[in-house]
Amino acid sequence: MKHFLDITRETCPMTFVKVKLKLANIKKGEQLEVLLNEGEPLENVPRSCEEQGFKVLSNEPTDEAGKHMLVIEK
Amino acid sequence: MTLPTDKKKISIVCFSGDFDKIVAAFTIATGAAATNREVTMFFTFWGLNALKKNKGRAATGSSIMAKAFNFLMGGLNNLPLSRLNFFGASPKLMTGMMKKHNVATLPELVEAAHALGIRIVACEMAMNILEVGKSDMIEEVQDVAGVATFLNESENAHIIFI
Repeated sequence: MKHFLDITRETCPMTFVKVKLKLANIKKGEQLEVLLNEGEPLENVPRSCEEQGFKVLSNEPTDEAGKHMLVIEK
Repeated sequence: MTLPTDKKKISIVCFSGDFDKIVAAFTIATGAAATNREVTMFFTFWGLNALKKNKGRAATGSSIMAKAFNFLMGGLNNLPLSRLNFFGASPKLMTGMMKKHNVATLPELVEAAHALGIRIVACEMAMNILEVGKSDMIEEVQDVAGVATFLNESENAHIIFI
């Protein structure tokens, strides 16, 4: 099952907080798509997820300028 | 969930009960917890006001002095801005500005801290002075402790004093 989270309207620290809480609520093996902005969220959210043992399957820019889509597996 | 033993730790002493400083403390705390750090927030003196169950003004305590102090200080909704407070108008204006810029407000940060399982500890000595009992505080307060417990728990942690 794939989950989705848009953190493009969030600012620090809620960008990390929303991703962390969402990941805590999904099952192991499930995937979470995260839409985020370039800059601080893009630099730190994928890194922080990997540090916590989650797999970042992909990290691609979207058609909308300045936004990226991450796919994270728990 | 089992935690790896080498998890980074941060302890934040929340001494100031100023609105902006408590916002800073909760911002660091939630950011740290969300990036896999073990976080303890130790509330002492003016910081205790942020933990009161009654978020407005209430004459908590038994002596006249304690009741007066607690009433004048109030709870989470009455925290003053450290500068340009304007008799309590500024924290409300600041909250409006935070919402406008999609920055989490203080109640949202506090809720996030609870959801992330941040450890909330209240200072026993400050509680005694101000006559604030455990039942006067929010139920998320996990422990009432003194400096020795705080230091023991903060071994190998970064300590931040706000």
